[in-house]
Amino acid sequence: MTVLLPGSERDALEMLAAADGDAVPIAGATDLLVSWPGRLEDHRKTYVDLSGLAGLRPLRWTGDELVLGGLTSYWDVIRDVRVRQEFPLLVAAARQVGAIQIQVRGTWAGNIVNASPAADGVPVLMAYDAVVELESLRGREEVPLDRFYTGYKEMRRRPDQLVVAIRLPRRPYSVQKFVKVGSRRAQAIAKVGLAITRAAAGWRVVAASMAPTIRRCPTIERLLEEGAPVRGPDDLLPAIARDVSPIDDIRSTAAYRKRVMARVLYYELREACGWRA
Amino acid sequence: MTAISIAFTLNGSPVSVDVDSAERLLDTLRYRLGLTGTKEGCGEGECGACTVHLDGLPVDSCLVPTYQVRGRRVDTVESLDPPALEPFARGGATQCGACTPGVVMTAWWIRDHPELLGTHTLRELMAGNLCRCTGYDGIVDSIGAVLGERGSA
Repeated sequence: MTVLLPGSERDALEMLAAADGDAVPIAGATDLLVSWPGRLEDHRKTYVDLSGLAGLRPLRWTGDELVLGGLTSYWDVIRDVRVRQEFPLLVAAARQVGAIQIQVRGTWAGNIVNASPAADGVPVLMAYDAVVELESLRGREEVPLDRFYTGYKEMRRRPDQLVVAIRLPRRPYSVQKFVKVGSRRAQAIAKVGLAITRAAAGWRVVAASMAPTIRRCPTIERLLEEGAPVRGPDDLLPAIARDVSPIDDIRSTAAYRKRVMARVLYYELREACGWRA
Repeated sequence: MTAISIAFTLNGSPVSVDVDSAERLLDTLRYRLGLTGTKEGCGEGECGACTVHLDGLPVDSCLVPTYQVRGRRVDTVESLDPPALEPFARGGATQCGACTPGVVMTAWWIRDHPELLGTHTLRELMAGNLCRCTGYDGIVDSIGAVLGERGSA
């Protein structure tokens, strides 16, 4: 393992560019070290350590956006009173990532690029229409988070690009929900995760652990937009089958995940949508 | 594996040490610096036995690459004043003792930041410290006693 220690963001971008695709940025290091003993291929890589780049840490507000930095941690968000008021799902999700010891180390940008289909941070960012800001020596690029993933662990980030910011538009929301179903509230990886928002821009329904990537559910969103009558969880199963493709794995089964998603959607939205059995 | 020379503040005193790039803070503390109070439980950030403070925040030292603490402040269980831990002994917070160093480090952070209890319960704040004896009531009650707020959880 080789670690490069950049003194500035510019240094980091130069190191990434010079490595010609072979260097991995590292921030809180939680995802890296948790699998370190078992992943020998990780031991041969070169890492560009971002932890000393204090300028990437703070979150900031503009008139119409909340901007998370490339190193903003879950804990930074949990402790921010204004985030708690305007983007409560960010706080709700952050509080269910591991436990305090992980929340103070893990970063939102790291959660995005680690690209786990079970990520806790990504669904709420996506439900708030987050935009990922990528920087490299070749310039800046913005990618809407709901178009960022192209397949399992595949994404629209080149190896020479750094996530330097995550931008969320400030909007009034009439519905904001985050539900994570796991073995326990802390220290668990989601069996099913759902983030749901409704604003003037429409409904957003984002599912975790239900597909190769975190993804929006266009069929369910359309069903909600149209105000289709729903008489029970089972009425949602055909739309769920169209939107997601869960698997059987160590944590759960595909069948269980679909049933749970239907029930969570139904009971979380029944009141807001006026559904009657 | 490349070596990195780093300096940081450990329990209030400056230290300098050469570490491997992949070395965990947990191993540096125990095997290079002789501070064996910090324990390894799971080694994957789940049990919290290895909790230390990094710049005043609780972290799992098994998930911290040591080179990342350069220029920063690390406090371990050795920094605590033994008489102050009396409530844990009295309250039955320690059974086998494996989790205790981590438990008291998280508890001390809560003690120093009582404002956290405005948004979190003690049990949520302690969720990253597993007790394999399942003695959670004793732990939570003892922290309550330390806080002078018994039963607040």
